[in-house]
Amino acid sequence: MSSTTTKNGRIGDILLEVKGLKKYFPIQRGLLRRTVGYVKAVDDVSLYVRSGETLGLVGESGCGKTTASRCIIRLYEPTAGQVFFKTRALSPDGTPKMVNLLELSREEMNRVRQEIAMIFQDPINSLNPRMTVADIIAEPMVIHGKYVKGESEERIIELLRRVGLRPDHLRRYPHEFSGGQRQRIGIARALALNPSLVLCDEPVSALDVSIQAQTLNLLQDLQEEFKLSYIFVAHDLSVVQHISDRVAVMYVGKVVEMAGAEELYNNPMHPYTEALLSAVPKPDPLYKSDRIIMQGDVADPSNPPSGCYFHPRCQYAVDLCKQKAPEFREVKPDHWVACHRAEELKLRGI
Amino acid sequence: MAVAAAPAVPAKRKELSQSYWSLVWYRFKKNKLGVFGGILLIVLYVSFALIPEFLAPYALENRSQFVEAPPTPIRFVDEQGRFQAPFVYGLERRVDMVKRLRTWVPDTDRKYPVRLFVQGDEYLLLGLIPMNIHLFGIDADPREARIFLLGADALGRDYLTRILYGGRLSLLIGLIGQFLTIVLGMTLGVISGYYGGPVDMFVQRFTEFLAAFPNIPLFMALSAAIPNYWSPIAVYFMLTIILAFLGWGGLARQVRGLVLSLREREYALAAKSFGASDRRIMFRHLLPGTTSHVIVIATLSIPGMILAETALSWLGLGLRPPLTSWGTLLQDAATIRAIRFTPWLLWVVPPILLTIFAYNMLGDGLRDAMDPYSGRG
Amino acid sequence: MTTTATQVEHTQTQTDARPLLLEVQDLKVEFTIRGGVVKAVDGLTFDIKRGQTMGIIGESGCGKSVTARAILRMIPKPGKITGGRILYYRRPRHPKPGEEDKVEVIDVTKLDPDGEVIRQIRGGEIAMIFQEPMSSLTPVYTAGTHINEAVTLHRLLPIKKLGDQMVERIMEYRRVTKEEARAIAIEMLRRVGIPKPEQRVDSYPHQLSGGQRQRVMIAIALSTEPAMLIADEPTTALDVSIEAQILDLMRDLQRTTNMAIMFITHNLGVIASMADEIVVMYMGKQVERAKVVDLFYNPKHPYTKALLQSVPRLGPKTGQRLASIEGMVPDPLNLPTGCVFHPRCPAFVAGKCDKIVPKWTQVGENHWVRCLLYEE
Repeated sequence: MSSTTTKNGRIGDILLEVKGLKKYFPIQRGLLRRTVGYVKAVDDVSLYVRSGETLGLVGESGCGKTTASRCIIRLYEPTAGQVFFKTRALSPDGTPKMVNLLELSREEMNRVRQEIAMIFQDPINSLNPRMTVADIIAEPMVIHGKYVKGESEERIIELLRRVGLRPDHLRRYPHEFSGGQRQRIGIARALALNPSLVLCDEPVSALDVSIQAQTLNLLQDLQEEFKLSYIFVAHDLSVVQHISDRVAVMYVGKVVEMAGAEELYNNPMHPYTEALLSAVPKPDPLYKSDRIIMQGDVADPSNPPSGCYFHPRCQYAVDLCKQKAPEFREVKPDHWVACHRAEELKLRGI
Repeated sequence: MAVAAAPAVPAKRKELSQSYWSLVWYRFKKNKLGVFGGILLIVLYVSFALIPEFLAPYALENRSQFVEAPPTPIRFVDEQGRFQAPFVYGLERRVDMVKRLRTWVPDTDRKYPVRLFVQGDEYLLLGLIPMNIHLFGIDADPREARIFLLGADALGRDYLTRILYGGRLSLLIGLIGQFLTIVLGMTLGVISGYYGGPVDMFVQRFTEFLAAFPNIPLFMALSAAIPNYWSPIAVYFMLTIILAFLGWGGLARQVRGLVLSLREREYALAAKSFGASDRRIMFRHLLPGTTSHVIVIATLSIPGMILAETALSWLGLGLRPPLTSWGTLLQDAATIRAIRFTPWLLWVVPPILLTIFAYNMLGDGLRDAMDPYSGRG
Repeated sequence: MTTTATQVEHTQTQTDARPLLLEVQDLKVEFTIRGGVVKAVDGLTFDIKRGQTMGIIGESGCGKSVTARAILRMIPKPGKITGGRILYYRRPRHPKPGEEDKVEVIDVTKLDPDGEVIRQIRGGEIAMIFQEPMSSLTPVYTAGTHINEAVTLHRLLPIKKLGDQMVERIMEYRRVTKEEARAIAIEMLRRVGIPKPEQRVDSYPHQLSGGQRQRVMIAIALSTEPAMLIADEPTTALDVSIEAQILDLMRDLQRTTNMAIMFITHNLGVIASMADEIVVMYMGKQVERAKVVDLFYNPKHPYTKALLQSVPRLGPKTGQRLASIEGMVPDPLNLPTGCVFHPRCPAFVAGKCDKIVPKWTQVGENHWVRCLLYEE
């Protein structure tokens, strides 16, 4: 079952499509900075986001999920690939059209950035400590020359209210707020220019449990109200399941599985997804876990194993897995997997 | 809406709702030594750089017959043992035939009362207001008697006056030089740290080149290159520029290091994600993060500048007479003859030491206060 | 022993099968800072028995880490223990014949924080592991050096001799030698599941992955065979797969050594699978204490209930919003009057909760709660 039909039709057409995205960081040694190798932080990522939906991007630390999200908005220049995004900013009459972001000039890209906002993980580091809340939220407007005295101030106050802060917080500095409040400031800033896509990079992982719930609810409310699409990068599978319509699982720079949230959690088709799901601690003392032990450590992205990157840790690995990298293919409608044995394996969900 | 507004902030907390700089100020105020250093510096700069004309009893180049007169003590008791308003004795010239030496002895017949706010040499206060009032002096024809609190030099000029005037050049060369250093060092440091790559490579190698060069010979070469037909003021500015030029490297490296770490902060990334230009990120987001460190570094390195000027002038490579700075004064004092016969010329040393101590105390205090957000909560 | 805190030994008369190890009574820790006094821990009471796992949960700033540090007398300045007792039931680690049941009760709060006794306890008898495995290891020492340090400081080996009846008797204890320490280090690394321990023993921290570093931390902590392990968010910085491995490892080691664990975390999933008994803390106060099953299936305090409902759980997608706790954590310098939780409490009763400080009330077997709803 595809998740497009759920949530009373708020989900529309494809807004963002990433094809074969790669980002290799060179490893440089010596006085002359000779390149001796590459860290394949993102190694062939393909995914898409429909308008109004949330795509969860999960994976363990170092799997490249943050790098991938930053490549989409070209904070890092991708090494290869295509990022198609439906933008209004570049057409004179405001009709949306699909463009490849990686082909845009610097100036054009900056204009598109009005429509893609980011929310960062660390609510302490993502706000400039020397700026007041008002300045922080106003900054995107100032950058794009949309700051109008009076009018914009009202908008900032409105945004503050919307994220649950008070207008008298405007003249304060970030260090006077708690972590949850700071994250709200970050969210208000992200909404300042009415974006259509918000890249949320671990937005709740630095927050306390009770604050986490508030923030997730706020993000969901805002999505409904402003018809936002989210790419929700996180390592916490429970949070991702809660907020996402569809989920993509990454392992060592590659997306290994992508499907509707319910489908992915119930019928995982990649052994890594299965192992990851089984390792999540359940808040239930009577639950008897029979988790799948993954052997060894996560592969080194500068020197990945042959074939399928997961094969040294995979309990279902066969010879083929060592020799040939599996293709990322649509096995069922809207269920994509990169595994040679996807069809034959019966894997356990939650 | 699901989210309740934050609980009302108690009044006490509100008072603490302050910017970074007010936090810094709060912490700095608690550091007694730092505050003392700061006050001392203000006093030093006001008296030496701002109003030496008023504090000094004579004009800088006012020569007299009292060549190498020793310090005149201010007396309150006359030769009969009577207590009186402060006065000084006139000076009488003696020649010691045995030592073949000229000396000055008090002439107890002539008494000159010491007064505050006396009229004397004309000057322009702050370079603007014509005045002839001096803080103190004696009621006498300057050709007949003078007050030399710290003695007189070989041309009969009041040495206190010369120290006061000399401080202006020495103290300002530190400030102006450091200002140039900051401008150069910060700009190049930020650019170097932000862009990295070849720009960074070039800036770094250049600072290393400067750092590797032995300082004194470089100073000597550069100051020797100043044409000697230049006016003393031009020489002075040239010297300042030389000092700044040699000093920016260290600062640039520190700023670059800070920028390298700040660049990875998510707020710089956030600005970029909203489409901010490089210039905006550098000067609006990265540079303010380095200011506190730069101020501390600058404060702690101004003494170096002052000492460099002093050392250069002492070597005869810096300022030249008729300009008067602590360095040129030190040059006069640093001869065996001076130490043997006119030891009061060494009075130029205490103000130099005092300035350097004051800067270090202030710098240490600032450093403790600016350590970003330490000791909070 | 010269310390005043050391009481005369008394024989254990505990009815519970498992003997007491640590008893915390009405512990209070305060931090005096610029704005006033923060009561980081205010009236904490619990006990830990041998082989038991006590979980402490709460949000950041609730005082759970301060409690752990108080037990080892490692509270950072300007914190101070201002009240209560921490009784450590110390048994001789190498008892002389006939003294196997001897228990010495030490009030840790009365010890000199830099003194001999606490240094023996710290690391040797009560070990601690921290959240951040990178910064807890000195970068210039190898994994083996770290373990050696702990082992040579705290571990003694028996000197065996043949007695009159040709029976092997333990005569004395001696410190381990360098070679033995290395062997112990390798053995410990093997036990915590590090592959190729003979090579890894010479690795520097930066050569190890995050999970391996945390394993090394555990190996260091366990190499001295402590009676109790304090684990302060030991898996928070780790990925789920590694977290699961570390938790398994801790459970295994506990089974084999009968060590007590004090497990501090904010992760309810982790605590559910680890703890026997749980203390819930909020703003320095203990709000509920119960057996793990009671706490998860029959929570009493509104805060505990809200906390349990606010975590997203894996399972059939309900599409519902998360139940969130309203408002923000209060300013620790200006705690609310009455019950500290009342401004955020869904069961708030005006005129009562904001006036009366609730008492520590027993509501069931081993189930205590601090809430006016359950007071008579």
